[in-house]
Amino acid sequence: MPETQIPVTVLTGYLGAGKTTLLNRILSENHGKRYAVVVNEFGEIGIDNDLIVESDEEVYEMNNGCVCCTVRGDLIRVVEGLMKRPGGFDGILVETTGLADPAPVAQTFFMDDDVRAKAKLDAVVTVADAKHLAMRLADAPEAQEQLGFADVILLNKTDLVGADDLAALERRIRTINPHAVIHRTERCAIPLDKVLDRGAFDLDRVLSLDPDFLEGGHGDHDHHHHDHDHHDHDHDHHHDHISESGIGSLSLRAGELDPNRFFPWIEQITQAFGPDILRLKGIIALKDDPERYVVQGVHMIIEGTHQRKWRDGERRESRLVFIGRRLETDLLKAGFAACQA
Amino acid sequence: MTTAEDHAFHAFVVEATFLGDTTAFALGDGSLRLVAGPAATRVAVHAGAILSAAATLDGRRIITGGDDGIVAATDVDGNVERLAERPRKWIDHVAAGPGDVVGFTIGRQVSVRLTDGGERSLDLPRAAGGIAFAPKGLRLAIARYDGVTLWWPATEAEPTSLDWKGAHLTAAFSPDGKYVVTSMQDNALHGWRLTDGKDMRMSGYPAKPRSISWSAKGRFLATSGANAAILWPFHFKDGPMGKAPLQLGAREALVTRVACHPKQELVAIGYQDGMVLAVRFADAEEALIRRPGGAPVSALAWDGAGKRLAIGTESGAAAVITTD
Repeated sequence: MPETQIPVTVLTGYLGAGKTTLLNRILSENHGKRYAVVVNEFGEIGIDNDLIVESDEEVYEMNNGCVCCTVRGDLIRVVEGLMKRPGGFDGILVETTGLADPAPVAQTFFMDDDVRAKAKLDAVVTVADAKHLAMRLADAPEAQEQLGFADVILLNKTDLVGADDLAALERRIRTINPHAVIHRTERCAIPLDKVLDRGAFDLDRVLSLDPDFLEGGHGDHDHHHHDHDHHDHDHDHHHDHISESGIGSLSLRAGELDPNRFFPWIEQITQAFGPDILRLKGIIALKDDPERYVVQGVHMIIEGTHQRKWRDGERRESRLVFIGRRLETDLLKAGFAACQA
Repeated sequence: MTTAEDHAFHAFVVEATFLGDTTAFALGDGSLRLVAGPAATRVAVHAGAILSAAATLDGRRIITGGDDGIVAATDVDGNVERLAERPRKWIDHVAAGPGDVVGFTIGRQVSVRLTDGGERSLDLPRAAGGIAFAPKGLRLAIARYDGVTLWWPATEAEPTSLDWKGAHLTAAFSPDGKYVVTSMQDNALHGWRLTDGKDMRMSGYPAKPRSISWSAKGRFLATSGANAAILWPFHFKDGPMGKAPLQLGAREALVTRVACHPKQELVAIGYQDGMVLAVRFADAEEALIRRPGGAPVSALAWDGAGKRLAIGTESGAAAVITTD
């Protein structure tokens, strides 16, 4: 009998950014859904219809000790326990502590087969405090990683900051993560469909969230760092940016790739640089292949699949995006270029 | 002659065990089903899910721990006694020891309720995995991150440690008390010989070998986590090291539960697709106990005489098989 995986939303954000406020909004909205919520500490939350589980964050290293292979042991335990309850849940929300690295949470849903059979990661949502973000970015590496990892970013407490400062903050966030969807919020007021059920790790949907990837056949086929992206001025030159923290992104474009070169290359790159790659996503045009190939990855974990047929008139172009720490841009560019058919 | 009584409980079967003539099923809806013949009595015990259950050593009561923070003992007549309460916490694991002693874990805390009703607790740096009492003496093995803690809860003695890197999920003593074995997050089994602390690594599983069962007289250790039941020989002087394990009941589906017959060299094997086989060690002869179909087998247990086999699945389908 077919079992559906319960979607898991990970809420990250530095201390005081507004994670609990967002959680309360999700839970108190009249959506008729039933959530299980995993928190580090019972705080000011608690809605009768939902199950709140207190869990101490415990990062497990697998035997080889690689940081890319860490998982959250407590989450494995909690998910297994939740699955014993009848009726199930419409979703699981995991609130991480302000200093937590989101990677072990994400990796849990890829590396633990028992968990993966029951639950799937939906999106990493990061809440950032507009008033204090600039300071946090300067003094807390965790704040940068949380932004780098995010699929959705809530730039919260916008009422406390002027318009110019907000624009500057968004530009700053874009240098770290040009592909997350940013929402400006006050007290985390946001329609829930912007936060839940995003399918950000779902290979079928992963790229449709990304405004750049929607631009297929855009007419821009060279490798300039300024593409012809006209969403807003913040997008103008997001390629190859590295923030002061060393976390930044790299967008690569090429024509058709030779699968015999591309697959060994991406394997080798994720093996060699996995610890520094927070996220990667791509649409690949493989030579003589009628279907688009899509990939997504977290550190060393990478998965890919054929997505759909290339449409008539659609430009068979390959694009790959890395978000990571101290990315070896020249090496990645050259390696990707060498994969061209 | 074999008879099968089928039941549909519509809730995850967490554990199955026998209390005299009654079969007790502990369920994810917080209730017990006490089954005698075709009749099943429902006893509501927990407000949430039962996470762990074990029969007392005298076989008179079943101990259950729930996500409602309750540890309870229930007898065949459905009388429930509340043994401990930790509001808003999950009771992750329970175990029954000698003299009505009960062990249970709450995240990082391991507690033991002694015969006189007093409680002793031990705090670990990280959450406890499964726990098991030694076959002799009041000693508890606690699976944990980076090894096992051995604790004598009735004494002031410092707990001792068996170390091996990685997350250990369950712990079990061999019936002779010479070995402690754990299943690991890394899809492996680990063992220690207690006399000299010698390590045993048993790896190569495609999944976590969560379910383990000692055969009669502790000759073999049967394990789940592969596409066959893997049985490690422990009747050699040095244990299973350097010996090939038996592989019984090989199929495409993963083995999720194993239960060795208490008297004969025979193992009941439950699979991910709901099938159950009984397989003899000597000639690997297989007998079909339950056809494939439905949810994974999540509970499997023989009674003490080896006449009855209780089967439970994740979707709540259950059966008691009786052989004459």
